[in-house]
Amino acid sequence: MARSSAPVTGPATVTSGPGPGRLARWGKMLSRELTTVAITMFGLLAITFLIARVIPIDPVLAVVGDNARPDVYEAARLALGLDKPLWQQFAIYVGKVFTGDLGTSILTAQPVISDIKRVFPATLELATLGTLVGITFGIPLGVLAAVKQGRWPDQLARFIGLFGYSIPIFWLGLMGLLLFYAKLGWVSGPGRISIAYQDFVTPVTGVILLDAAMQGEWDAFWNALSHLVLPSAVLGMFSLAYISRMTRSFMIAELQQQYVIAARVKGMSEARVIWRHALRNALVPLTTVIALSYANLLEGSVLTETIFAWPGLGRYITNGLLNADMNAVLGGTLVVGAIFIGVNLFADILGRIFDPRTR
Amino acid sequence: MSDAVTPLLEVGNLKVNFHTPTGIVRAVRGLSFSLGRERLGIVGESGSGKSMTGRAILDLIPYPGEVLADRMLFRGEDLQTMPKAARRKLRGRRISMVMQDPKFSLNPVMTVGDQIAEAYRVHHRANAREARERTLAMLEAVQIREPERVYALYPHEVSGGMGQRVMIAMMLIAEPDILIADEPTSALDVTVQLQVLKILDDLVTSRGMGLIFISHDLHLVQSFCDRVIVMYGGKAMETMPALELADPSAMSRRHPYTLGLLGCLPELSNPKAKLSTLTRDPEWLA
Amino acid sequence: MGNWTAYLTTDAPASRRQARLGQAWRQWLTLKQNPLAIAGLVIVMSLLLIAAFAPFIAPFDPLAQNLDQRLMPPSAVNLFGTDSLGRDIFSRIVYGARVTLFIVLLVVVSVGPLGLLIGATSGYLGGWVDRALMRLTDVFLAFPRLVLALAFVAALGPGLENAVIAIAFTAWPPYARVARAETLVIRNADYIAAVRLQGASAWRIVLRHIIPMCLPSLIVRTTLDMAGIILTAAGLGFLGLGAQPPMPEWGAMISAGREQIFDQWWVATFPGLAICVVALGFNLLGDGLRDVMDAK
Ligand SMILES: Nc1ncnc2c1ncn2[C@@H]1O[C@H](COP(=O)(O)OP(=O)(O)OP(=O)(O)O)[C@@H](O)[C@H]1O
Ligand SMILES: [Mg+2]
Repeated sequence: MARSSAPVTGPATVTSGPGPGRLARWGKMLSRELTTVAITMFGLLAITFLIARVIPIDPVLAVVGDNARPDVYEAARLALGLDKPLWQQFAIYVGKVFTGDLGTSILTAQPVISDIKRVFPATLELATLGTLVGITFGIPLGVLAAVKQGRWPDQLARFIGLFGYSIPIFWLGLMGLLLFYAKLGWVSGPGRISIAYQDFVTPVTGVILLDAAMQGEWDAFWNALSHLVLPSAVLGMFSLAYISRMTRSFMIAELQQQYVIAARVKGMSEARVIWRHALRNALVPLTTVIALSYANLLEGSVLTETIFAWPGLGRYITNGLLNADMNAVLGGTLVVGAIFIGVNLFADILGRIFDPRTR
Repeated sequence: MSDAVTPLLEVGNLKVNFHTPTGIVRAVRGLSFSLGRERLGIVGESGSGKSMTGRAILDLIPYPGEVLADRMLFRGEDLQTMPKAARRKLRGRRISMVMQDPKFSLNPVMTVGDQIAEAYRVHHRANAREARERTLAMLEAVQIREPERVYALYPHEVSGGMGQRVMIAMMLIAEPDILIADEPTSALDVTVQLQVLKILDDLVTSRGMGLIFISHDLHLVQSFCDRVIVMYGGKAMETMPALELADPSAMSRRHPYTLGLLGCLPELSNPKAKLSTLTRDPEWLA
Repeated sequence: MGNWTAYLTTDAPASRRQARLGQAWRQWLTLKQNPLAIAGLVIVMSLLLIAAFAPFIAPFDPLAQNLDQRLMPPSAVNLFGTDSLGRDIFSRIVYGARVTLFIVLLVVVSVGPLGLLIGATSGYLGGWVDRALMRLTDVFLAFPRLVLALAFVAALGPGLENAVIAIAFTAWPPYARVARAETLVIRNADYIAAVRLQGASAWRIVLRHIIPMCLPSLIVRTTLDMAGIILTAAGLGFLGLGAQPPMPEWGAMISAGREQIFDQWWVATFPGLAICVVALGFNLLGDGLRDVMDAK
């Protein structure tokens, strides 16, 4: 059979690529995302504002006390702007929030914003460690479950997933304290650090582990860590349940793709096919999942912090609730909500960066 | 055509069974052939077991499939008794496969260059720079004009034809002895098809590889291959030199299914009012 | 019996009801194959039975204090021990099933219709109504659920009913999403076009034709959500914002046992187990139902 061997010079077409188009695409995407964020923030503010309005507690009495004279009461009412129409009150509220004025806490007699600044690092520490636990165990477990579908790692992941969705977090915390602190003595009890070590560490970042490490107070560091282990493990359990379940389903989808077969055809080891090729693709949707689980842990910390006497944002909110300290409650809600929104935005952008198709 | 005493590949009575909840699906039922340094075409309708044949040779039959064969020898070495790890080492290095659709067969989050380089580095001791140079050379070999630029592109940034050339580069960079091309051009449009086939053909010829060319297009196979196996329902209906397919005098010796396949294709020079439908005789599978 | 099976499995159902029952029958046959789902179903049925027959099952009055018998460990008389007021924990857990069921039912009857109506309207009408409603849904979805519920309860005041309202207020968006997605599919179906040609109004189409079609996926969604609702309610109870004493609510019971956790472990342990079992039951059943409904 005759075959000519003249080279074929096919046009090397490129459908799309890096260049000025990318900048415009990102600009458009960012502005769309930011609009969504703005609308959601607006909704958040509207809801907290409305909640504050329907409370049976009279905000004026909260300021002037129960026995104020009518003229004092009236002056305070005007000062609070309560005579103005609702939309004006809302505008004032929004303006205040944007200047960082969340009102004053009745309980601490401090501005709510400075209270939150003080307690937030404790929550951040807890949620971050919990998420780290969830990632380090949840992703490998989910991958194994997907690879060994129907076999024991899959059953284990299923079991953990089901329990993670069925156990009340505060009860799990109590049981953890009962077993690991009271019975076995493996970890320290409630609180962030034992009183004996409290004065060794000066708060700089507010994250005790960091502060202790930076100041070279290693005894205090280990003590703080032994306090942190249990609550972050409890939170991590929930993060693990969610992350492993989602990892499993993303990985099952990826492992059915043609490029996985192609990687095997090349002679790549199974480990490399799974952990490098398939998982790298599954990470794109997983970033959103991880961010969501992080935000959920901030919420989970409300109950966990109560159990572990952890001086964070969650306990600040519940304390406010039990003491009718509405400014504290709504300020805390607003901050948690704003972080939720921020984390979601961050995850969206991160997902786009991980995925060259949307980069 | 074969230049060695032992053929590159010998397959005897190959069977691929899938054990599904609703019963056993027999995808390949007793296929035998041998391959030298030649072009062997496998033709058949959809579901006739062509791809499963290729994947059985590579030990890539997915769960719940099983591979059975009386004989499966690569250059005289028994593939069936070989440990899994050794079979993996053969993949890419000795036997490779170009897949149907470049859009889905390239990893979307890795640059095409990295994917090719990776294929080289599994089999050869090479540092990143050497692998990169080999890759650029290979990209040039598949006639990509700006290899440096293309190296850094992601699969979604290249066209179908270029994607398939990348795929060919990726599967040939480790210099295998056998290439299985599983409908390598059916996802491309006609003009690009010819270019890609040409590149594939030149590389296979110049490197003296054995090629198994899988297609459902009998005419393409006939013009491209030395020998043709016609498959139906997991069995070989007949095996013949490609030249005989173009020979009108040999038609009387052809299997009815082959004639059916030939009849299914409309010809411009001899248009038919009505295309005949393929007749299939259950006897063929007995 | 044979008649019934024939009626249900016929290939040519004579009425719409027969067709629907037939499909339900086939789905039930599939569900029966899944032992975990059946375990879930058994748990949920048990919850119903225990709640219904609480007075016959509980050996003691759940509210009867007996200060001589405070904090007794589990025994043959007090199966799960007694709490700090000498009340029998087993009896309280049995009666607590009623509280849990009450919360679950109330949330379902308030959230289901709300989400369904918002979602179906949004999906059927489309256009700016759709955009506005979905934005609203997104805003609510962007909230941390428990924290929002907390803020609501703070505003409304603690109590079981308020806890339910707060949960319902935060729980509807996913239902609206599901209902909308279903509606978008159904909206373009031929038979809806046929009904529209007959001159039926938009409202009538949504209420009579679209909502019934959305129901199966909403039932699955509800069952899967139930565990979350139970956990949130228990969390509110635990914080003292849900059911008020002396009502035997499981979350509040855990909270009451907190002080004695290291010495009298049973006070907090058993109510927690009860929550786990019930939540697990709903999760298992929901998982099974989803598999069955997806396979249709
Ligand atoms: N996972 C599986 N389970 C059951 N049967 C399978 C599975 N994978 C493939 N088969 C069966 O194997 C048979 C052969 O498939 P194969 O992919 O080899 O066909 P093919 O000739 O390559 O067809 P096509 O031209 O469509 O690519 C099919 O009929 C299919 O039913
Ligand atoms: Mg095929």
